[in-house]
Amino acid sequence: MTVPLLEVRDLVKHYRAHGTVIRAVDGVSRDIAAGETLGLVGESGSGKSTVGRTVLRLEPLTSGSVRFDGNDLGSLSSAALRATRRRMQLVFQDPGGALNPRRRVGDAIAEGMRIHRTVAPGAIRDRVIALLEEVGLAASDADKRPHQFSGGQRQRIGIARALAVEPALLVCDEPVSALDVSVRAQVLNLLLELRERRALAYLFIAHDLAVVQQVAHRVAVMYLGTIVETGQARTVIGAPRHPYTRALVSAIPHPDPARASERIVLAGEQPSPAKPPPGCPFEPRCFHPAKDARCRHERPALEGLGERRVACHHERVD
Amino acid sequence: MTPLLEVTNLSIGFANPEPITAVDDVSFRIDRSEVIALVGESGCGKTLTGLAIPGLLPSEARTSAGSRVVLDGNDLVGMPEAARRRIRGARIAMVFQDPQASLNPVMRVGDQVIEAIRAHGPVPRAEARTRAAALLEEVGIADAAARLDAWPHELSGGMRQRVMIAIALAGAPVLLLANDPTPARDVTIQAQSLELLDRLRRARGLAVLLITHDLGIVASRADRVLVMYAGRIIESAPTAELFRVPRHPYTRGLLAAVPRVDAPESRLEAIAGSVPQPGRWPPGCRFHPRCPVAIARCGTEAPSMEPAEGPHHTACWVATGAGS
Repeated sequence: MTVPLLEVRDLVKHYRAHGTVIRAVDGVSRDIAAGETLGLVGESGSGKSTVGRTVLRLEPLTSGSVRFDGNDLGSLSSAALRATRRRMQLVFQDPGGALNPRRRVGDAIAEGMRIHRTVAPGAIRDRVIALLEEVGLAASDADKRPHQFSGGQRQRIGIARALAVEPALLVCDEPVSALDVSVRAQVLNLLLELRERRALAYLFIAHDLAVVQQVAHRVAVMYLGTIVETGQARTVIGAPRHPYTRALVSAIPHPDPARASERIVLAGEQPSPAKPPPGCPFEPRCFHPAKDARCRHERPALEGLGERRVACHHERVD
Repeated sequence: MTPLLEVTNLSIGFANPEPITAVDDVSFRIDRSEVIALVGESGCGKTLTGLAIPGLLPSEARTSAGSRVVLDGNDLVGMPEAARRRIRGARIAMVFQDPQASLNPVMRVGDQVIEAIRAHGPVPRAEARTRAAALLEEVGIADAAARLDAWPHELSGGMRQRVMIAIALAGAPVLLLANDPTPARDVTIQAQSLELLDRLRRARGLAVLLITHDLGIVASRADRVLVMYAGRIIESAPTAELFRVPRHPYTRGLLAAVPRVDAPESRLEAIAGSVPQPGRWPPGCRFHPRCPVAIARCGTEAPSMEPAEGPHHTACWVATGAGS
C-alpha cells in the first residue's frame, strides 16, 4: 500500500487561557492521498480551522503526529521542515487580508519562489505570468495592486500565490465563503480544474456542506474538536448517520422550496471547548431516540467499516 | 387593502467625493404578516434599502426627492425626526447581524430589555421586569427570569441574538427588519434563528423583511422574493414561482451557481465577471456585461420592471419579450 500524502494521527491541540484548557482539537486522525480532496466540515468552534493550521505547523500541536510523504513533521530538522512546508500551502478565506495592499500582485506571487529558490531569478517573471494565466487572470495584472481587483480575482491571486512553489497539498480554509454567490462557482470550478491538471490534494475546510460535496471525495464532520462522522462525500451527505450530520444536512438551504426535506432544528448550541461534556460531545443537543445514560458518560469512538465511520453509541455502520 | 409598508421610488446616493448612486428607484410593498426577502450580493443596495425604511441611513447618505416610505399611511421620509423616532421604536423592529456589537457589554441583559420597554411608555419598573422576562421567554430563552441578571458575555452568540430580538419586540412592532440575521457559518444556529422569526410572525402577525445574500435561506421562509442587482430590483415574484421559473438571467445564474445536494455535478455553472460596485455600474441594463443572453438594446437602455406573468415581475428586455 502506498503511503498517504498526509497522515494525521490523534491530533490534539489545546490552548491555555486564564487557567482553563480549551480543547480546540481533541483527537483527530485522518489521511489524505495524493490528488484527493478531504472536506472538513463543521461550524465555528468545531476546531476545523485549527486542524488546518496545526497540519501546516502554523501552530504547534499539543500531541499526536502529522506525517507528510511519510515524514513526521515533528522530527524533521528545520531545513527539512522548510522544504516540506513548501509542498503544503494555505489558501485563505479572506484573500484581501492576506495580500499586502502596497505590493504589486506579481511580487506577492513571486515571493515564495524567491524564498524557496524554486525558480531561477531570471525566469521568475515568466513563471508569474504563467501562473496568473493559469488562474484566469491576465499577464498585465502582475503590475497592479490588490485593491484593483474584485474579491473573486483576489482569491485567484491567493491561489496563484499558493501554487507558485509547486505544492502537493493545498489547505483551503473557507476559500469561497467571503465571496459573492455569483462568483463562488467560478472559484470552485478553478479549484477543480487545478486539481485535475496538477494532481493536487486539498484539505478543504468549510461550513457549507453543499459546497463541500461539490469538491470533496471524502468528508469528515467535526463537532467540538472531534470527528463525528466520515466517509465518501456522497454517502455521508446522502445518507448521514450521526444525528449532528443529519441536522447539518437538513439545514442546507434548498433552492427549491417544494423539495425541501425534513428540517431538524437542534436545541441549544455547541458547548464551549473549555467545558466539553464528559460523554458524547453532542449528547446535550442530541435528539436520537435511543439516547441514554451511556451517551452522557462515555465518549463514543469513531468506528465503522473501512472509511465509513460514525462516532455514536446508537448508530452502526454496516 | 393598503399595504403595511409601501416603498416608492427610493433612491439613495452619496455625495463625496463624487456623486454616487447606491440605490436606484426601488419600489416594493409589504402586507401585514407577510415575509418578504430582499436578496442580493455585496454592493447591490439591499442593506441601505433596509436602513432607509426606519430612517437610519448613515449621515452622508442622501435620499433623493420623490422617495417615499409609507408605513400605515404615514410617509416616514418627509416626517420630522422626532416623530419618525417614535414610529421607528414602536412600530418597526430591527435585528442586525452582530449581536455582540449591539448589546451593551456593561449592562445586565434584563436591564437592557427593561430600558427598551420603558422607552416606549411609562411602565413601572417591577412591571417592566415581568414583561422583560416574558419577552425573553417568548424568544426561546430558557429560565428567562434568572437570565435577566446575566451579563451579555455570559450568554452564547445564539442567546445574545435572541436577546436582541426580545429588545426589538419591546414596543409593539408590526414590521421586523432582519438584516442577514445570522452568520451563515453557524448552520444550526441559523436554522434556529429562522425558526424563531417564523414563530414570531405567526404568533404576532409580524411582517418581516428578510435582507440576505443567500437565496437558499429564502426558499422555505419567504412569501415573496425581491432580487436586487446593482442598486435596482430586477425581479420580484412569489417564492415558489421564482424558484420554479426564474425570469431574469441574473436570478437564473444565481440559482445555477449554488451547489445542490440533490444534483451534484463536477462543475457548477458560473456567472462570468464580478459584481459591479456603486459608481462603476455599466450603462443600460447593469447586468448586461455578464449576461449570456444580452442583446444590443441591453447595452444602451435600462429595462424597467414589467409583468412577466401574474404577480411575477422582472426588469429584462429579453425575458419580457421587449427585446425584439
